Amino acid sequence: MNSTILVNIFRFVLLLALQILVFNNMNFGGYISAFPYILFIILYPVNGNKANLLIASFFLGLIMDLFSNSGGVHATACVLLAHLRPYFFKFSFGLSYEYQTVKLNDVLTPERFTFILLAVSTHHITLFLLESFQITFILDVLLRTVLSALFTILTCIILIYLIKPNKR
Amino acid sequence: MQQIFSFIIKNSNRLLFLLLLGISLSLAIQSHSFHRSKIISSANFLSGGVYERINSMEEYLHLKEQNDQLALENANLKSLLFKTKDSAEIPNLDSLKGVLPKDIIVSKVIHNSFNVYENFLTLNSGAKSGVKPDMGVINSLGIVGIIDNVSANYSTVISILNTKSQINAKIKNSDHFGTLNWDGKNTGFVQLIDVPRLASIKKGDTIVTGGQSVIFPENIGIGTIDKIFIPSDKNHYYTINVKLFNDMTNLGHVYIIKSENSEEIKNLENQGKNE
Repeated sequence: MNSTILVNIFRFVLLLALQILVFNNMNFGGYISAFPYILFIILYPVNGNKANLLIASFFLGLIMDLFSNSGGVHATACVLLAHLRPYFFKFSFGLSYEYQTVKLNDVLTPERFTFILLAVSTHHITLFLLESFQITFILDVLLRTVLSALFTILTCIILIYLIKPNKR
Repeated sequence: MQQIFSFIIKNSNRLLFLLLLGISLSLAIQSHSFHRSKIISSANFLSGGVYERINSMEEYLHLKEQNDQLALENANLKSLLFKTKDSAEIPNLDSLKGVLPKDIIVSKVIHNSFNVYENFLTLNSGAKSGVKPDMGVINSLGIVGIIDNVSANYSTVISILNTKSQINAKIKNSDHFGTLNWDGKNTGFVQLIDVPRLASIKKGDTIVTGGQSVIFPENIGIGTIDKIFIPSDKNHYYTINVKLFNDMTNLGHVYIIKSENSEEIKNLENQGKNE
């Protein structure tokens, strides 16, 4: 149990650092940017404490906001994602997800992909909608969401393969 | 009473979610209003410090460019100086911080964003160097933005690439002015709106800051006219696409302008409103 907490704290710090140092500087064509820091919320243990996840996601988003001058935009998207996570699990892995131990950081299956897709799209649409906050930008926002979500999913999958624990 | 407690315990996660969502959503919405939250900005100890460290590593990559730009600016200033009567009399320089610290503060951009609708820069000088909110920020090529939040050592700047920014600007050598803002699309262009159709303008004309603003002195370069058109909803005004002199995606040293009369002008205008 102790090691799970340590792994999560480590992930929290590592992903934030990676996001701020590397991915925040990446931008292609003004539309495509990646936010792989939400991998923290995606990879959080399925049967882990939900209150802790909510609080951790809130601070994860708030730190991102501090660094990108965006008020509470990231925090809102993260808290929403953390709250909706169980429903996404239910949708992608079937009703019995709580009894079988779902492991996300493993070989990519359609179920796992569905889950990541749902999570990333929810986070990105909330993020970009709140960021633009103007109805005139709606098409722009949708384009941004689709392109960035694709890029984030790609980065997430690569990162999952990279940080996958060696021991099965 | 017991029922209330059991309700709270049973729904603790949901209540926690609603509480956190409420806090973050109000912060998010507040960030779009004019009275921005002063807490969540990168002008703080943590993010300012991190950005300064990153910048001190990255700046070596741009030294050559920066040198060229500064040399060019020096050459321009020298040519101005030679035109004056006594070119030997050089203005009083503060060797440590640059030129005339009572009017201009030299600073450096340590973080730059240009990929969202509301972009901000972070500078490495703050209240300790005399930076105050609402000061203008320029560099050798043209305007950059307006100071927003100030902490002890850092400050944030509302970039001209911010859909909320509104700066008074005019066509050079005439007094037809308009408002400069950004449509959120291209980082190389901003829009000058509400220019009267009487103004005689053509492609390639220079746009400079107008004298109506207390933030910027008059005649600081902004860009050149790229396209002139009449928006469908405003028949009597031109909208001008302005190609910026500055490459806003690549900023180094900047100057913060202290406007000496801004307090007086503001007081005067407020007096007028109160009466």
